[in-house]
Amino acid sequence: MNPAPLVIIGGGAAALCAAIAARQRGATVLLLEQAPRWQRGGNTRHSRNLRIAHDTITPLSLGTYSAAEFRADLDRATGTASNPALRQLLVDESATLTEWLAGAGVQLQPVTEGRVPPSRRTAFLRGGGTAMINALYARAAALGVMIRYDSAVTGLQFEDGRVIRVEVGRGAGAWSVTPQGVIVCSGGAQANRNWWRERWGAAAAGVVNRGIPHADGAVLNLLLQQGAQAVGDPTQAYLVAVDARSPADDGGIVTRIRCMPRGLVVDAHGQRRYDEGGDTASTRYARWGQRLLQFPGQVGYLLLDAQGLREAPPALVPPLRAPDLAVLAQQLKIPVPALRETVAAYNAAVQPPADAAQALDWHTVGLEPPKSRYALPLRERPFAAYPMRPGITFTYHGVGVDTQLRVLRRDGSSFENVWAAGMVMAPNIFSSGYVSGLALTISCVSGRLAGEQNSHL
Amino acid sequence: MFNVTNHIKSETAVEKNNPQTPFSVAKGTPQNNPFSIEKGTPQKPYFEKKELGEFNPFEARRVLNVCNICGYCNGFCDVFDAAQRRPALTTADLAHLAYLCHGCRNCLYACQYAPPHQFNINVPRTLTQMRQYSDALHVWPSALAGALRHSARTALLLTGGAIALLLGLIWLLAPNTNASGFYRVVSLPVMIVLAVIPLSWSLLALTRSWRSYWQLTRPQTAVVTWRSLRLALQDVVLLRNLRGGGHGCNDVDERFSHLRRRLHQGLLIGVGLCFAATLTALFYHHALGWSAPYPVVSIPVLLGTSGGIGIVLTTSGLLMLKWRGDLTPTTRSAQTADRTVLLVLMTVAVSGLALLIERETAAMAILLALHLGGVSALFALLPYSKLVHVGYRMMALVIEQMERQSAHHQSVLISE
Ligand SMILES: Cc1cc2nc3c(=O)[nH]c(=O)nc-3n(C[C@H](O)[C@H](O)[C@H](O)COP(=O)(O)OP(=O)(O)OC[C@H]3O[C@@H](n4cnc5c(N)ncnc54)[C@H](O)[C@@H]3O)c2cc1C
Ligand code: SF4
Ligand code: SF4
Repeated sequence: MNPAPLVIIGGGAAALCAAIAARQRGATVLLLEQAPRWQRGGNTRHSRNLRIAHDTITPLSLGTYSAAEFRADLDRATGTASNPALRQLLVDESATLTEWLAGAGVQLQPVTEGRVPPSRRTAFLRGGGTAMINALYARAAALGVMIRYDSAVTGLQFEDGRVIRVEVGRGAGAWSVTPQGVIVCSGGAQANRNWWRERWGAAAAGVVNRGIPHADGAVLNLLLQQGAQAVGDPTQAYLVAVDARSPADDGGIVTRIRCMPRGLVVDAHGQRRYDEGGDTASTRYARWGQRLLQFPGQVGYLLLDAQGLREAPPALVPPLRAPDLAVLAQQLKIPVPALRETVAAYNAAVQPPADAAQALDWHTVGLEPPKSRYALPLRERPFAAYPMRPGITFTYHGVGVDTQLRVLRRDGSSFENVWAAGMVMAPNIFSSGYVSGLALTISCVSGRLAGEQNSHL
Repeated sequence: MFNVTNHIKSETAVEKNNPQTPFSVAKGTPQNNPFSIEKGTPQKPYFEKKELGEFNPFEARRVLNVCNICGYCNGFCDVFDAAQRRPALTTADLAHLAYLCHGCRNCLYACQYAPPHQFNINVPRTLTQMRQYSDALHVWPSALAGALRHSARTALLLTGGAIALLLGLIWLLAPNTNASGFYRVVSLPVMIVLAVIPLSWSLLALTRSWRSYWQLTRPQTAVVTWRSLRLALQDVVLLRNLRGGGHGCNDVDERFSHLRRRLHQGLLIGVGLCFAATLTALFYHHALGWSAPYPVVSIPVLLGTSGGIGIVLTTSGLLMLKWRGDLTPTTRSAQTADRTVLLVLMTVAVSGLALLIERETAAMAILLALHLGGVSALFALLPYSKLVHVGYRMMALVIEQMERQSAHHQSVLISE
């Protein structure tokens, strides 16, 4: 008889790293992915880079990035961790990650090829997350991991702190399996509309899910119902500004609107609310995502004139254009006088700097809110607008784990045979803010560690 | 019927009229604003799959515009950086990018938006269609665009016709008992006429086609340098853009291999050897006055035999790959065009080898008709078959090298 398998719930980076690590140590592994084959890989499909500590210069990075620096960046950008030991472990383990991934067939893009920016902190996946996912599935299959697609876990039966049964699917096609152990790698709850409604009320209807439609947090809920410790902030999510015309799910990385500093952002009443030039770093995407949640109807409009449009990066959907502001306002269903007045007040407040060629130094004087940088007047026709909405990337809500990635119960003890990896436990490490490449690193490192705990299953 | 001028017209029409909205904008929404989030299928015609007959560069522009935002695939080949240097993605840009793409298919299997995703991003297929579109645009004379489009039919007609013509000639003209070897059946002047006429026509047609492509796609600012030519030639020899990120192409499916690249290189060598054999034989005949047939151990025969064997092996390999390959990254008509050329090459090589073995027997006359017919058809097919890609691709590689030297492009990469 076959031994009872180690069941991995999920099919993204965390799940695959766990499956490969456990299988390499001799475990019998069954991986259950909710998505169909073509959509396998969770939000990992949409990702591009990982954050890694490294003490030497490598082909992937022209500088060094020590574990201490990584740790300090995390502390600064995301506050203190609910599990500081785990944060440290993650940072330390990231140092061996790229080598491990390369060993599993994943291709990273050396900066020496000249096609990725010489980033000191992050390494880029050649072909992005989907290419990585393909490589990891191929490796897992070659190692003998049993892989089942279209297999959503719908129930977990517990007995004396152990999972004794994993239920898969609903209705006629339902089946179940007795596991030796379970590693939960089911990602966040960011696609769950009910979750949004509970937190945001009516505003939930105005939010877009950037990632896969399957991330409903069902397994997270099953664990919480069984008494797992909740960590993180259940009211918050990582939101970025995306084009309002994006599809409801799975638009990925290309729907972001990026050029706010080049224009004006108004709400449905034609009013400005924030300093568009205040934040020009990549953190602005997230800042605007949070702000848009508070806009009426969760929609904001980025206004550009012809000059701004020329400087704007390519966009998925071309902006709406109009020969003058009145027509644009009508298209956007914004009261015409309000929009005219906002733009006129702004143009009047614009103050050219001593060196007019320095777009960065243009700013407004006596305007509330001000525009502190790139405050060039909006004059050249035609005018254009990108409608924007908040797009959800991940939630900050998960289950508590110890440094062996065992899922903790509310009384502080751990379940005997349940581990968690990836976004479902990432809130142990950070539950606000973000730094680029962090999510993928957490998923890969925690997946590998959880898999390694299961050598003799 | 595929009509190029119609397509150019319809392209401008598309540019003017297309709402360019991949997602329908619903009216009357919860918050009463015009940009509600729509679940379900987005509006046609944006994501509609188009047949080649309906293909227009707008689809290629849509696809590469998404790539220009995403850029995830820029480590696979030169196309993605080159596309970012051309954000307007004009028809000229697309014609260039289409030939810069070698069809390694890495970017299809690595794309998070590949079909059945609603964004329907299939770069290799779209650029294959764009190549077919561009070929038809540059074919000379333009009335022969149909010949290129229906390349299997054209090849069958030309090859069949040439062989029939030769058989007819052999049957009509009595054997020349004074001559030796092949010339007993077909005299040298006839052979030369059968080669020179199609070859000169083809060279004229190729020059016209390639020149018009060059005029369309050449960069206005950069200049051709010896260095760019040398590097482009190196790209051809190594087939650098068929290496993917270094792990090879997706020859038949998601798995990587270097087989197609190696076979293509082998085919190039085989053709080169046969060409060298012909040149040596001509030299023997005209300069040294040694006339054919040459002994088995002689330079022309050795070169020809090894080249012929090379062509037979590599064309069979390539045909097998095409036979087993996934059709998603290409189009059926492109697949047919590829197979057609491989079959013609194979016919020429097999008949040539058979001719060598059977040259003392009665079958020689028929084999000679097959071989010479195949060769003159191959010459005639140069501008009207897949073979025309040689020049276009070379130019695309030269342009890429020119730009790399003059522009200091920094890829725009996004991530989270
Ligand atoms: C557009 C976008 C771009 C991003 N870019 C980056 C980036 O560049 N760098 C970075 O570090 N991070 C990035 N992220 C975040 C990062 O991709 C994810 O946070 C990370 O990949 C999560 O990995 P995971 O394995 O934990 O979860 P996921 O990859 O989301 O995988 C979860 C898996 O669980 C499966 N699943 C869910 N429920 C069930 C169930 N009930 N039964 C069975 N299976 C189930 C899902 O189908 C899925 O396969 C990005 C996210 C998005 C949305
Ligand atoms: S992942 Fe898709 S959209 Fe992005 S560059 Fe590659 S082919 Fe283009
Ligand atoms: S198919 Fe290969 S060569 Fe063509 S664009 Fe994609 S990655 Fe580049």
